[in-house]
Amino acid sequence: MAKKKKWEYSPAPESKQPAAIAGRYELFINGKWQKPSSSTYFNSINPATEEKLSEIATANETDVNKAVQAAKQAYEKYWKKISPTERGKYIFRIARIMQERARELAVTETLDGGKPIRESRDFDIPTAANHFFYYAGWADKLDFAFPNKKANSLGVAGQITPWNFPLLMAAWKIAPALATGNTVVLKPAETTSLTTLKLAEIIQEAELPPGVVNIITGDGQTGAWLTKHNDVNKIAFTGSTEVGKIIQRSLAGSQKKLTLELGGKGANIIFEDAPIDQAVEGVVNGIFFNQGHVCCAGSRLYVQESIAKKFIQKLKDRIGTLLVGDPMDKNTDIGAINSAQQLKTIQAYIKIGKAEGATFFETDCVLPKKGFFCRPTLFTNVAQSNRIAQEEIFGPVLSILTFRTDDEVIEKANNSPYGLSAGIWTDKGARIFNLSKRIRAGVIWANTYNLFDPTSPFGGYKESGFGREGGLQGLHPYVQLS
Amino acid sequence: MTGKKPVFNPQILNHPPVEQTGVEERSVRFTKRSIKGPSKMQGLELVLSMIDLTTLEGKDTPGKVNQLCTKAKHLHDHIPGLPTVAAICVYPSMVSVAKKALEGTKINVASVATAFPSGQSSLRIKLADTRLAVEQGADEVDMVISRGKFHAGEYAYVFDEIAAVKAACDKARLKVILETGELGTLDQVRKASTIAIAAGADFIKTSTGKIQSAATLPVTLVMLETIRDHFQKTGKKVGMKPAGGISKSKLALHYLVMVKETLGDVWLDKHWFRFGASSLANDVLMQVAKEKAGNYQSPNYFSID
Repeated sequence: MAKKKKWEYSPAPESKQPAAIAGRYELFINGKWQKPSSSTYFNSINPATEEKLSEIATANETDVNKAVQAAKQAYEKYWKKISPTERGKYIFRIARIMQERARELAVTETLDGGKPIRESRDFDIPTAANHFFYYAGWADKLDFAFPNKKANSLGVAGQITPWNFPLLMAAWKIAPALATGNTVVLKPAETTSLTTLKLAEIIQEAELPPGVVNIITGDGQTGAWLTKHNDVNKIAFTGSTEVGKIIQRSLAGSQKKLTLELGGKGANIIFEDAPIDQAVEGVVNGIFFNQGHVCCAGSRLYVQESIAKKFIQKLKDRIGTLLVGDPMDKNTDIGAINSAQQLKTIQAYIKIGKAEGATFFETDCVLPKKGFFCRPTLFTNVAQSNRIAQEEIFGPVLSILTFRTDDEVIEKANNSPYGLSAGIWTDKGARIFNLSKRIRAGVIWANTYNLFDPTSPFGGYKESGFGREGGLQGLHPYVQLS
Repeated sequence: MTGKKPVFNPQILNHPPVEQTGVEERSVRFTKRSIKGPSKMQGLELVLSMIDLTTLEGKDTPGKVNQLCTKAKHLHDHIPGLPTVAAICVYPSMVSVAKKALEGTKINVASVATAFPSGQSSLRIKLADTRLAVEQGADEVDMVISRGKFHAGEYAYVFDEIAAVKAACDKARLKVILETGELGTLDQVRKASTIAIAAGADFIKTSTGKIQSAATLPVTLVMLETIRDHFQKTGKKVGMKPAGGISKSKLALHYLVMVKETLGDVWLDKHWFRFGASSLANDVLMQVAKEKAGNYQSPNYFSID
């Protein structure tokens, strides 16, 4: 047969234009864009090209104070007083404008954070809008959420979001806070503030009363001022376990309510009777979704020893087809690592894994010359006592371990300081029930992985944090029942 | 006939289960690939070359078949350099007509056989039907499996029947139609695919096109995965033919994406992959013309057969 030209996908780049990113962003306080009292700005870069996208205001203690006071006043003056139905209308309006500006938000999210446009377009933005729609519905139905009780709002919620799902995490935080009648001061992660600032524009467009939502930007120090502020009644933090511990310590003795959504080292468990091809997909989704920057990533893979060899081969074949590169290309499966610092962390763990004696495998895809990229990586022959099986890497790196019996894998899955997520792949219903009862993890998926819905609560056990976001349970952290 | 008669080994039925939601999720991912520019053009030409242009009607006549064969040879002569379709697919009674019309071309003649489409007849009749097609000159035979026997759990019967038809095919390549729309679940699709491949199928094919729920992406994915697993175990390649319900270029390109990412580039060839379709060709031609001219042209410019 004559050698034919191989059929490859031509580049399919999304246009940058809809992002319409401004050259500079101020602080959104009391319904207005305000210059930071520090007069300092930091750069936000595109991790795929290392080019500057915009510069963003740094909020200092004075600005934090201003934002909290604005939220406090808005709470007393407007938000506490308006009817729950009106509250709901505002939230619905935010959701609708998000949908209208979905393309702009998706492109911005990808430029700013490095995630593939396919994910920001098909997952981040629609799921974020859905979250607002869902909690808008609860606003005037709190009596049904808490029968025979009265759900009182708390006041000012101080919220800090991570860099892996910037807009989605802002939605997870703001939507339930507003629905339950609280006002908000939110600080997005330093490397990915842009979509949250666009959300501030949307909130302005939705004509929320001034001060109901305030967005302040800056680094960890800004966050620390916010969590320590005396007029904040509730703190919600999503981020690293390390920072979570600092926040919890700093809040000790105060009246503030706290929810923490921290790290994880999710056990994804494959039994020999699993639907193998779909389990391979589940593993890929579990660890390579969003470059592995997912707190509930299935980063510890447990495969029953009888099928380990076959399964790992299938997994290797499959990840060979993953396209790594320009996040703006519609065909890209794995985009850019969020920051130079995170890439360094991931590379350090890859070195540790090799030094620990685990078998290293990466795909042979060609990485772009500029930007922060990492090939999909597997470690086989990993042991429970290896650091790469214990610590959160937060990148496209999967540690593969084997097991023999149900009891053994339950014990191994629980043998972790984390307890956020797990996956179970088996054809046996009884086994799913047995394992999901005995594995200490906030979310357990059966024959699927990384599936999210606003109606489903999300949160962790142990060092993965406490409190739940999403679903009816997601209302609890924002109310005082009487 | 060469080689030993294959013997049914019940162990082949111990295949991994299939989870429908997972298959559907994966199928959706194929449709997210954006096929633009040169890859679209190349893909469209590839699709054309893989089509089994089909007419399977009670009212088929030599006149109709002759016209269809002309279409197969001259898809759209206004655009030079286009490939022809892979084959013409007809009933056994029309094989000689098609064979004559396509003389001197590389276009194959495929014939359905074995009491198509229901398969509700005796093995003796089915073999006679197959021999008729082959004697008339069919290069390929599209048989149907006995779905009734399959549902009754008589897997050995289904297997032996395929093996017997394969023997009767002589040099013709055998496509085995599972009629997935009658099988009920993806687990059953996997099982039927496994049996067909073990019994000697050169191709496995989704549907007759005579009932609703013909080829779908999830069903085809399960069949492709069965082919892949067989290839990895034995090193032997088997072809795939989704048939029925694929009438748009965009969907056809999604199928190519699925083949590429499941089986690899080697299968992106008419020897290993076919589309059973009648109206797909013209939709592809309209897209090709649009790519060349920059705007869509009226369907009136494209001959219907």
